[in-house]
Amino acid sequence: MIGVVSYLAFFLTMAGILAIAVLGLNLQWGNTGLFNGGVVAFFGAGAYGLMILGGRPEAGQFGGFQLPFPVALAGGVLLAALIAWAVGILTLRLRHDYLAIATFGVAVAFESVTRNAEWLTGGAKGLRGFHRPLEAAIGDPFLFSLAFLAMVLAFLAAVYLGLERLVRSPYGRLLRAIREDETAARSLGKNPARLRLAAFVLGSAVMGLAGGLYASFYAFISPQDMAPILTFQIWAMLIVGGAGNNRGAILGAVLIWAAWTGSGFLLARHAPAEFQLYTGTIQYIMIGLVIVGMLMWRPQGLLPERLAISQTGGEAARRSASRDLTGRETE
Amino acid sequence: MTDGALLATRGLGRRFGALRAVDDVSIDVAAGSITGLIGPNGAGKTTLFNLLTGELRPDAGQVLLEGRDITAQPPDARFRLGLARTFQIPRPFRRMSVLENVMLAPAGQTGETIAGALLRPGRVRAEEARLRSRAMEILDFMTLAPLADHPAGQLSGGQTKLLELARVLMGDPRVILLDEPAAGVNPALTRVLIERIEALNRDGRTFLIIEHDMDFIMRHCDPIIAMAEGRVVFRGSAAAAMADQGLIDAYLGTPAR
Repeated sequence: MIGVVSYLAFFLTMAGILAIAVLGLNLQWGNTGLFNGGVVAFFGAGAYGLMILGGRPEAGQFGGFQLPFPVALAGGVLLAALIAWAVGILTLRLRHDYLAIATFGVAVAFESVTRNAEWLTGGAKGLRGFHRPLEAAIGDPFLFSLAFLAMVLAFLAAVYLGLERLVRSPYGRLLRAIREDETAARSLGKNPARLRLAAFVLGSAVMGLAGGLYASFYAFISPQDMAPILTFQIWAMLIVGGAGNNRGAILGAVLIWAAWTGSGFLLARHAPAEFQLYTGTIQYIMIGLVIVGMLMWRPQGLLPERLAISQTGGEAARRSASRDLTGRETE
Repeated sequence: MTDGALLATRGLGRRFGALRAVDDVSIDVAAGSITGLIGPNGAGKTTLFNLLTGELRPDAGQVLLEGRDITAQPPDARFRLGLARTFQIPRPFRRMSVLENVMLAPAGQTGETIAGALLRPGRVRAEEARLRSRAMEILDFMTLAPLADHPAGQLSGGQTKLLELARVLMGDPRVILLDEPAAGVNPALTRVLIERIEALNRDGRTFLIIEHDMDFIMRHCDPIIAMAEGRVVFRGSAAAAMADQGLIDAYLGTPAR
């Protein structure tokens, strides 16, 4: 019994961490139309930032400042935001597929740095030796895993509520206008360049938060975690859940993470022996198929974006509340 | 060169390669006028619009708003200074509601910044309520109120032209540049559009309108400016325009001198 609960805690902790990253991507892509193909770099910046600031000192190694968890986590978030700001200044003139290629390149460069800058990142062996918050105080590993899950869920709730407030405010309206038509937004007195940069930095900082939580969960980070597949997983979560819908982003994270871990379990247990070597590859193919299939058959995702409407209450408003962006009645 | 010009250009020029799309153009748009801008396809009208609104930078000359040089200002700054435009091919925010399209426009909303949106929800709510009722008034005036909660991408071509005008009105502009407002719009909606333009003009708003529909231009615009091959070939009243042989030649494609 405790084994099931403890697996469930692990599962939900990871799903929660990934959901935070998906919410960050949703701000960029779902709301602002910024095609970030390098999610893993900003996730990684948060993770490495946390480990460098909060880890234990090691010989020949920069970092290991053993800063308290909140400070190290904030430092990781800040590092992700700084990298996003620099990347943003350089690349945000690029649109759509070009921005995707440029940010993908940033992620590859980031992985390369983590693999090679041994003095900073520990190289291929990665960074370890992080004191997880309150682990010693709680003692019991099972209780600790529940406490950690509670913390992740609290962060997820805070990020969700903050982003919901943002996208339902005039700020969200601005972002959507930029997503829809920058020229028109500029002709109405708005400054798309500044807004795009701010949304890119904020979304990347949220990804950095997810990365920081991930690194503190495992108390370990290495270039293995910086592979491009993470970017595609997070994209698959957003596309399945519904770009432009924060609840969809969370739902997508849970579903894809369930499919990923479930398929890994099933392949390991039931796949013919000659396929056992290729379970990872089969999972990659499955992620690709999920993305392509969703884009072909339900591009709006399971929970599509909702239209902001004029007022609450009233029959007309209720009817339009159940109207999706193409104006079809959906419920 | 009258001092009363709300919007003016001085020696404005823009080349595309060897083509002088706009060549030494000096015009005045008097405050309170509905000025018509006509000319054959390729005469440089839309290029002139893009120079006026800042979408394009000129190679030569100046754009003046109330006598102030705004040549270096980007399009967003010009809108905030009271110079608004609509597009030849309308550019609605398609996956936003009609109401959201309109509420977007006013500058300096508290909730437009991340800090304002997160930290001052009460003030944002109050501003939104005010904006919403003003936007509904404008939509009502534009006959679009019943469509307020529809995605803008669902509107007809004529309705999107009305929506573009509603959007810029929300910014309370002094001069409104309309690029072919009647093109592709059914006669009933064109009538609505013309009535609204004239009503707004009576309230003191100035218009500069590109239009190919001669009936529209002759009946509703005064004065009229005609361009051909990048240059101004005529300026004067509608009556004078109809009597001007050079203008008729230009329209029929005879090269301008």
